[in-house]
Amino acid sequence: MNGYTPQADFGTPEVSADTVVTLTIDGRAVTVPAGSSVMRAAAECGGSIPKLCASDNLAAFGSCRLCLVEVEGMRGTPASCTTPAADGMVVHTQTPRLQKLRRGVMELYISDHPLDCLTCSANNDCELQDQAAAVGLRDVRYGYEGASHLGAEADTSNPYFDFDPSKCIVCSRCVRACDEVQGTFALTIDGRGFASQVSAGQAGDDFLSSECVSCGACVQACPTATLQEKAVKQIGLPERAVVTTCAYCGVGCTFRAEMRGQQLVRMVPWKDGKANRGHSCVKGRFAWGYAHHQDRITSPMIRDSVDQPWRIVGWDEALDYTASKLAAIKAQHGARALGGITSSRCTNEETFLVQKLVRAGFGSNNVDTCARVCHSPTGYGLKTTFGTSAGTQDFDSVMDADVIMVIGANPTDAHPVFASRMKRRLRKGAKLIVIDPRRIDLVHSPHVEAAHHLALQPGTNVAVLTALAHVIVSEGLADEAFIRERCDWDEYQDWARFVADARHSPEALEPVTRVPAGELRAAARLFATGGNGAIYYGLGVTEHSQGSSTVMAIANLAMATGNIGRRGVGVNPLRGQNNVQGACDMGSFPHELSGYRHISDAGVRALFEGDWGVTLDPEPGLRIPNMLDAALDGSFRALYIQGEDILQSDPNTHHVAAGLAAMELVIVHDLFLNETANYAHVFLPGSTFLEKNGTFTNAERRIQPVRKVMEPANGLEDWQVTQALANALGLDWNYTHPSEILDEIARLTPTFAGVSWERLELDGSLQWPVNADHPDGSPIMHEAGFVRGKGKFVVTDYVPTDEKTGPRFPLLLTTGRILSQYNVGAQTRRTANSIWHGEDVLEIHASDAENRGIGDGDWVRLTSRTGETTLRADVTDRVAPGVVYTTFHHPATQANVVTTEYSDWATNCPEYKVTAVQVSLSNGPSEWQEEYADLTARARRIAAEAAE
Amino acid sequence: MEIERLVYMANQIGRNLATEDNPAAATADHIRLFWDPRMKAAIAAHFVAGGEGLDAVVRDALTGS
Ligand code: SF4
Ligand code: SF4
Ligand code: SF4
Ligand code: FES
Repeated sequence: MNGYTPQADFGTPEVSADTVVTLTIDGRAVTVPAGSSVMRAAAECGGSIPKLCASDNLAAFGSCRLCLVEVEGMRGTPASCTTPAADGMVVHTQTPRLQKLRRGVMELYISDHPLDCLTCSANNDCELQDQAAAVGLRDVRYGYEGASHLGAEADTSNPYFDFDPSKCIVCSRCVRACDEVQGTFALTIDGRGFASQVSAGQAGDDFLSSECVSCGACVQACPTATLQEKAVKQIGLPERAVVTTCAYCGVGCTFRAEMRGQQLVRMVPWKDGKANRGHSCVKGRFAWGYAHHQDRITSPMIRDSVDQPWRIVGWDEALDYTASKLAAIKAQHGARALGGITSSRCTNEETFLVQKLVRAGFGSNNVDTCARVCHSPTGYGLKTTFGTSAGTQDFDSVMDADVIMVIGANPTDAHPVFASRMKRRLRKGAKLIVIDPRRIDLVHSPHVEAAHHLALQPGTNVAVLTALAHVIVSEGLADEAFIRERCDWDEYQDWARFVADARHSPEALEPVTRVPAGELRAAARLFATGGNGAIYYGLGVTEHSQGSSTVMAIANLAMATGNIGRRGVGVNPLRGQNNVQGACDMGSFPHELSGYRHISDAGVRALFEGDWGVTLDPEPGLRIPNMLDAALDGSFRALYIQGEDILQSDPNTHHVAAGLAAMELVIVHDLFLNETANYAHVFLPGSTFLEKNGTFTNAERRIQPVRKVMEPANGLEDWQVTQALANALGLDWNYTHPSEILDEIARLTPTFAGVSWERLELDGSLQWPVNADHPDGSPIMHEAGFVRGKGKFVVTDYVPTDEKTGPRFPLLLTTGRILSQYNVGAQTRRTANSIWHGEDVLEIHASDAENRGIGDGDWVRLTSRTGETTLRADVTDRVAPGVVYTTFHHPATQANVVTTEYSDWATNCPEYKVTAVQVSLSNGPSEWQEEYADLTARARRIAAEAAE
Repeated sequence: MEIERLVYMANQIGRNLATEDNPAAATADHIRLFWDPRMKAAIAAHFVAGGEGLDAVVRDALTGS
């Protein structure tokens, strides 16, 4: 994996076909799937035909004419990229005639190209240069006077890459990458012939002001230095590459971290990555600068109380201090006064260790994870109905879907690389149903148009899903054969009777859901009869008082229509954070050991007790909101938080702050002094994903390696910090590499039994379950039967939320995220991504704005019964009247000051998506914002004398 | 633990399990499987002390516990 070689490019996309053809290329016989190009066939057998406009992630275009070949019995010299291989074909790729033709083509390109190769930042990493050498070009006969690009000015508006048109050969790979791979259609070729040029957006736009979302696909596609990462210019070309996994979202894109010495030059999407298939988004591709941001803290710090400044100390002192405090609290208040929070941003191995530390070291089950506030209802709902807490498909499956239903998710912003795949499928004809209060981009974007957008009233998901089921059952559209074979028939009948009741008809529920009944009926019919139906959902499903019920209602719908257990269908939670699936799998919930096995199961406990040499508490522990409640009554006193910022991310900030302030010992293990650290007594510096080894598990259950590309700035990988803390507490842990922790996970977790570091090195990635029944993993689940046996239909009655609008708070606030920022923004705010989103804004419908005298861009006060904050208004028709929307990426706004303690009935997942609010004009920050700014400044002081 | 919050949570569970065959048993089960011992103890003590605010199904659930 070391040493720098560019990624292989076979010229045209891989074809999958049932039949093969055999042809002869330059005397060698080669067999390829029917439909493969001659160029691909040549590359498959180790040859290389010169090319410029072809790339194996783009449809063949046939414009540069460099790839000409001779085919016996065929006239002329066809382009090998557009000529399909055929049985018996005899192809010559290197003849004097071809060489002459290619040189002529190349000459034309070069005559319009600045010949400054030696000083060009792409020198030795330029396909034009390589191909000129490959065709043996020595001199250019045309002179350079006909050129039209040489004087063109560079566009440097994008913070991460430049566009220097003087070097452009107008191969249009960038345009096609933006269209075909990313699906944004931001680029065009203007003009004709020599005058043609690439341009972003409309006339007058540059890359920054255009529709470009900075995914980097065009940069990767460009064969010259025209589109190139700024970092390459600044640092130089990479010398080695290490394959690793993105640490942002649950898509789990794999990248080549391309390094020069210890410096990261660029992250280039790995073409062999099965989650991303060579694509990326702005976050993983470019937003890694936080890793060496000046705010990063690399030394441990302690303080006795939060009004003192931090004192920088060595690791030993920090760990001794922490361990003795933990021991004292345990001695006085018992093990159940202690707890920990694992991080969905950390590796499986780190997460597993934190929960082990809590259970085996602290002696309680008070361990939870941020999935509590996002996908805990997925765990509950899918476990109840299907028997396992995970999505059913791999990402590739979407390419076989005929009807795609997106519920409460905004893939183009939150799961952009998967959204690009989905859009590709939609452009090929799949139908789209969107269920969301807000008009997300997918509803209407270039070459994608939702067949139905059910713009429901926030909080009525269950009612809408029941109404959909009503139509399917009462119109006889259910797949009875599937249900009889795969599900419990009696339970189905109970459910069918329930949904078929007249009170669940779309017409009866329209006053509640505000979804026109006709539209809902049409959507139900399309889903039930349109072929393979696949459901993708996000936090707009889970973060409700009926989050778990909604997940079960989705599962019901999939079972009722027979859409489970094969490609192109399924129930797919789009996971927020990179390792939220993994954190859940690793036993981060207070009631479950790894692999979702209940702590009350004596047999399972015995397995762990034998391995760990301890006795485990058989009772479930506290969940995050319960920990905060228990802190206020004094029964919960010490919390170790790895890589999470609950003060900013969890609801009702005042309540979180009060809970943290009531604790005796708050240990924050993170990269930065985050908002939670304002209330911390110990700060343990963390390491970034670039500085550690381990694994992440993405939303398709894919376990992928994270590889260390540079030494940790703080000296220790995060698992080493947890191990050191465990040892300070008297445990005797001796892991020397995360692979040993992974072995322990495999030993104790049936679904991971076949996973090992060696296996991952070999296979690149594995989708759990990986065990004797599924030795190579499981891209699709429940193929032969449900994990629980028979699929379970659960009656989900719509119970309205208690969060009601009224005269004081007449509007409903719902929250979400945007593309360029990630979660609480701790990482992305410390990168140039802030250029796209410098602050959270409040989307408000024009009629609501007008009633309140609010204009676009005005400062407004957002108030709920729990608190208030101020931010700028964005007057729009994306949201319906009565609904307002904002993001939670910035601590200065801290949208969670206004969210409430209402939560999912089954899991306590907060009801972020529904808060009754009022909005009014404002002339400055709220009192809370001012106080909080003061508090933060005080809490972040670091004592100068110790800071040598 | 703030008892109003626990009462609210227990009632919410009861309401959402109302369509189960045996809602009280389902509610009791849910609490057994997901609540920490101090939360269970607090709601049980509150029930014994009169159980103000508890819905009927939750009372039934707690009777057996
Ligand atoms: S960065 Fe991505 S979105 Fe922007 S122009 Fe290039 S391909 Fe299109
Ligand atoms: S910018 Fe690069 S990829 Fe785009 S047309 Fe020019 S040379 Fe080709
Ligand atoms: S943030 Fe998500 S979509 Fe973007 S590169 Fe990382 S894993 Fe891929
Ligand atoms: S590579 Fe075939 S025509 Fe350009």
